[in-house]
Amino acid sequence: MAVIRDVMPAFDLLQPNSAAEAQKLLQQNDDVWVMAGGLDSFDWLKDRIKKPKVLVDLSGVEELKGIRATSDGPRPSLEIGAMTTLTEIANHPAIQKDYGVLAQAVSLVASPQIRNQGTLGGNVSQDVRCWYYRGGWPCYRAGGNICYADTPVGRNREHAIFGANRCVAVHPSDSVPALIVLDAKFVVQTAKGEQVVDVEDYFVGPEADITRINMLRPGDLLTAIRIPATWGGAKFYFEKVRDRNVWDFPLMNVASAIKLNGNTVDQIRIAVNAASPRPMRLKAVEDAVRGKPANTETSEMAGKLAVEGAVPLQFNGYKIPLMRNLVKRAVVGVTQPPMNGAMAANAAAEEATCRS
Amino acid sequence: MPEADGPKANQNPSKSITRRRFILGVIAGGAVVGAASYRILAPGRGRSFGGERLITLNVNGQPRRVEVMKQEMLAWTLRYKLGLTGTKLGCDRAECGACTVLIDDVPRYSCSVLTNTVRGRKVTTIEGLAADDGTLHPVQQAVVDAQGFQCAFCMSGFIMATVGFLKTHPVPTRTELAHGISGNLCRCQDYNKILDAMMLGAENMRNAVPAAEKARS
Repeated sequence: MAVIRDVMPAFDLLQPNSAAEAQKLLQQNDDVWVMAGGLDSFDWLKDRIKKPKVLVDLSGVEELKGIRATSDGPRPSLEIGAMTTLTEIANHPAIQKDYGVLAQAVSLVASPQIRNQGTLGGNVSQDVRCWYYRGGWPCYRAGGNICYADTPVGRNREHAIFGANRCVAVHPSDSVPALIVLDAKFVVQTAKGEQVVDVEDYFVGPEADITRINMLRPGDLLTAIRIPATWGGAKFYFEKVRDRNVWDFPLMNVASAIKLNGNTVDQIRIAVNAASPRPMRLKAVEDAVRGKPANTETSEMAGKLAVEGAVPLQFNGYKIPLMRNLVKRAVVGVTQPPMNGAMAANAAAEEATCRS
Repeated sequence: MPEADGPKANQNPSKSITRRRFILGVIAGGAVVGAASYRILAPGRGRSFGGERLITLNVNGQPRRVEVMKQEMLAWTLRYKLGLTGTKLGCDRAECGACTVLIDDVPRYSCSVLTNTVRGRKVTTIEGLAADDGTLHPVQQAVVDAQGFQCAFCMSGFIMATVGFLKTHPVPTRTELAHGISGNLCRCQDYNKILDAMMLGAENMRNAVPAAEKARS
């Protein structure tokens, strides 16, 4: 599709100073678009695929920014404002120390400039990246009655191997699997009041509602992400696989949190994204691994179990061995992290961030 | 349904809907008045409720009065309203880095920042790096000395990203610097020479600080 280099079509811009005000504006206006960092929004608006009448810009709402400790003690639970930038999260000492999987996940998002502007609320609420949908094709997700990606000639290399239901696009967020393994809660302000939901329940699969990617209805606002102390200091693993090391969305990513008892897996949470339209928590794998020794045999079993029932499309069969290997590493990699070049560089950079 | 006027019309449901609509209209009108008064009474953060048409931007240390559209991007304002054409527009989709500027000393893609969102914040473009007497910024001087770029369309973006990164990481290794300015693309594929120049720039900056202190004493 041709890229249009021009000023976007006109919209009304509203810039509230508080969350309550923002919510009021969302409820008062029809055809309104909520903007956090704007990186996802501007693609839609610049390409003229979505043309909202009103844009509510949350960048002036200070109360939605920042990271607060919500309990005492050496390992406090945290509340992260939805408008906190990814750079701030990646560099936050408490997150690096106790919830490192989140710091690592957000430091692998897109590019430095995007992380300086993109927010955690925006990252978890972004729309899918299927190019047919993004290009304005009238697919199921856009309200039509066809999927252009799931045809014999459809370009579906990046698409789903699980959970497809008419739509085969995948959820593209890197931060979500990390939040799932940390057992985070999302705080959503709705017309009926505040709702606190588990990460998995925030997302809506195409089988439930194909035109929505999360639970937000018009007028709703995600205000904060709470991280309980439950998994603080656990052994974490995060890996993102992508075509190029900057900008790219994941072909697949994996996050795990493990508590060992001696050499036995006592507790485990493991999640994968970019494999299905909804971020996946691998409960069957967790159940199978719990109580087993943390060794190669267990991880082999976990990898095989993870991809059971996968349905590849024409061009994304590679995602099955990819997922099998990622899950394998996420289970055993906790004790022996494999390092490829990019990850080593990233680890070096992170070390540098800690030093400075 | 035809408009009913008689006394019986009070029993007509369509009439009561009309009345409800009327009341809703009054409430909406009140909200508009309320919003308007809010605009005047907005607290002193320099931000009002909605996007404005005539705004003051702090660009390179100078207040610049400029008329903008609500949907206007910062790169557009800088280039076409303020004449600061050193900032380049490459992809216009946050995918190349040519439009990088510093907002409150943090590198951001100016093609993806609404001008109205940086009212009251400090914008620095490539034009704002050199000293008033024309002395180049240490990183700019390094680019000249090391001939860092080939066609140099991406240069101002790279320099702004480097200057921003060096503010938080004054002593980077080559790998760290590469990671720090990885949000910029060069189509000439001149990355090695760019990194040479930027490493020299980092060194220049470290040397420039004691020199400036010496000059002052």
